[in-house]
Amino acid sequence: MGEVQFKSVRKEFGGVRVIHDLDLSVPEGSFTVLVGPSGCGKSTILRLLAGLEDVSSGSIAIDGTDVTYKEPSERGIAMVFQSYALYPHMTVAENIGFGLTLAKRPKAEIKSRVEEAAKILQLEELLDRKPKQLSGGQRQRVAIGRAITRNPKVFLFDEPLSNLDASLRTQMRVELAELHAKIGATMIYVTHDQVEAMTMADRIVVLNAGKIEQVGPPMELYGSPATVFVAGFIGAPKMNLFEGLLAERNGCETYGIRPEHISISTDAGDWQCRLRHVEHLGSDTIAYVDSDDHGPITVRAPGSYSISSGDTVYLSPQREFEHRFRNRQRI
Amino acid sequence: MPRHRIAGIALRYVLLAWIALVFVFPIVFMIVSSLKPDLQLLRDSGSLRAFLPVGDLSFGNYAAAFERAPIARFVFNSVFITGATLVWSLLLCSLAAFSFVFLEWKGRTIVLSVILATFIVPFETIAIPLLLIVNNLPWIGLDGFKIGWLNSYHVQIIPWIADALTIFLFVQYFKDLPRDLVEAARVDGATWLQVYRRVIIPLSGPVLATAAILKFLAMYNNQFIWPIIVVQEETYRPIMVGLMYFFQLNTAWGEIMAYLTIITVPVLAFYLALQKAFIASIASTGIKG
Repeated sequence: MGEVQFKSVRKEFGGVRVIHDLDLSVPEGSFTVLVGPSGCGKSTILRLLAGLEDVSSGSIAIDGTDVTYKEPSERGIAMVFQSYALYPHMTVAENIGFGLTLAKRPKAEIKSRVEEAAKILQLEELLDRKPKQLSGGQRQRVAIGRAITRNPKVFLFDEPLSNLDASLRTQMRVELAELHAKIGATMIYVTHDQVEAMTMADRIVVLNAGKIEQVGPPMELYGSPATVFVAGFIGAPKMNLFEGLLAERNGCETYGIRPEHISISTDAGDWQCRLRHVEHLGSDTIAYVDSDDHGPITVRAPGSYSISSGDTVYLSPQREFEHRFRNRQRI
Repeated sequence: MPRHRIAGIALRYVLLAWIALVFVFPIVFMIVSSLKPDLQLLRDSGSLRAFLPVGDLSFGNYAAAFERAPIARFVFNSVFITGATLVWSLLLCSLAAFSFVFLEWKGRTIVLSVILATFIVPFETIAIPLLLIVNNLPWIGLDGFKIGWLNSYHVQIIPWIADALTIFLFVQYFKDLPRDLVEAARVDGATWLQVYRRVIIPLSGPVLATAAILKFLAMYNNQFIWPIIVVQEETYRPIMVGLMYFFQLNTAWGEIMAYLTIITVPVLAFYLALQKAFIASIASTGIKG
C-alpha cells in the first residue's frame, strides 16, 4: 500500500513553470527523499501530492487510483509540516486525534489510537499539555503522531527537521528512520540538506530547477552521479569539479574528484599546491588548497594529519574514483 | 536611584494622572450630578463640589427619569439592536474575511478593494437611497408578509451587519495566522467550514474582541440619524433617539444626568469586559481604535 505515480505533472504559477513534466514513481514502502536547492520545486511536488496545490497538467496516482483532483483528506496521505502546524488551542491529545475527531470516530477508538501513537513516540506524559509547553523535538513528535493516527498510505514530510538544533536533528533522523522501519509505510521526505537525504533515504530524487536530475539509492548517487549538478550537490564537502585543461587532458568537459579521493602529501604528488586553510574536525581534516594550474581544491585527510596554512602540499587524485562529464552528463 | 531619575518618574506619573483625570472627570461629574437635586447641581457646578458626592444625594432623579420616559424600553431596544447586529456582524464579516484570505476564487482582490473603498463613503450620502431600498424590501415576520421594513428592529439591524472596517480587521488578522494550520486541517480532513469553526475562530480571540468593541461603540453610540429616518414608533426607538425625546420633554438636569448614566453603563461594562483582549489586539496589530 502506498505506491505513488506522477505522470507528466506540470505546475505553473502565474505563467512561470516551476515543475516541468515530472514523471516519477515512488515504490510502496520506500523512504524516498526529494532533495535539491531552495526553489527547485521539491516542496511544490509534495504539496501537489498532498492536494494543497492543483496541478497545471498531468496526473498523480496513489496505489493506481487517480487522486489528481481529490481533496487532501481523500488521498490517504498525512503530512508533517516544517512549522509542525500544531493547533495552539488544542492539547497534544486533541492535536493527535484531530483527524479522527473530524472523521467522527467513536471516542474510545480515538483515545486508544492517540495513546498508541503517544506510546510509539514517547509522548504519554505530555498528552494534556498545549503545544507552547513543549520543546521543539516534542512538537515534532506530536506532528508525527498526528500523521500516524490517520493511518495513511503515504507520509509526507516537508523539511521537518530544519527548525531543530544540530544534535536534536541527528536524534530525530534516527527516530524517523526507525519509525519507517517499524510501520513500513511509504514516506516521502523533502529536504535541502543532502546529509539528511544520504542518511535517511533508501531512494533519493535530486531536483534542480523543477526537473529531476537523478533518482537512485544514496550510494549510487554518491558513486555514480549522472550529472554535474548531482556530483556537486551530493557529498560533503562537495566534489571538486574542473573544466578547461585538466578536463581536456582527461577526455571530458568537466572532470570531478571528491575531496576524500585525493591523496595529500608534503613530499610528492601530481599537483603542487599551497595550503590556504585547514579545518580540524577531529575525525577528519579538511584542507582548502590553491593550485596554480587548477584553482581551488578541497581535500579530506585523516583527522590525525598534521598540516598548517601556508604549507606546500602535493595532491594525487585516486584514478579509480574520477568522474567525467560531457554536456553536463556522465560519460 | 539618582534624584533626577526619581523626579522624572514622579513627573511622568503626575502627567499620566492628570490625563487620566481629564478623561474621568466628565464621567464622575455625570454620575455625581445624577444623584443631586437640580438646585444643588446648578449651585455646585461652579466649584469642585460638582465632582464630589456631597450634599443631598438620592436616586430620586433615576426614579423620575424612569417615570417620565420609557427608558427601560429604549435601553432594551438599544441593547437588542446592538447585540443582534454585533453577533451577526462578527459571524458574517469573519466568514467574508475567511473567504478573502483562505479561499481561492476569481475576483476576490477586486471585491475586497470595492468593499474597502466603501470606507470613504459617508453615511449621509447613502441614507436616502438606503431608505428607498428598505422601504421596498419584502419581509416575512410573525405578523406575516409585508413590503417595507420601516418601523421595525430589522431595519435598524440588517443594513449595519456588514461593514468594511470589521471585514478589514478580520482580513488583516487572518493574513497573519500561519497558513500551515489551515493546510494541516485540510489534510486532517476538515471541510472549509470546519477549518473556520475549529481552527481559525478559536485562534481569533483578540480580533473578535476588537471588532466587537468597535462595532458595539459604533452601533450603540450612533443609533441616531438612521433610526430617526426609519422608525416613527416609540416601540422600536433606541436609546440615543430616546435621549432627544427626553430633552424635549424637560430640562431637569439631574434627570438628564441620570438618563445619561443609565445609557453609559452598558458601554462601560462591555468595554471593561473586553478591554484586555482589545488592548492586546491593538498593541499587536497597530490598528488604532
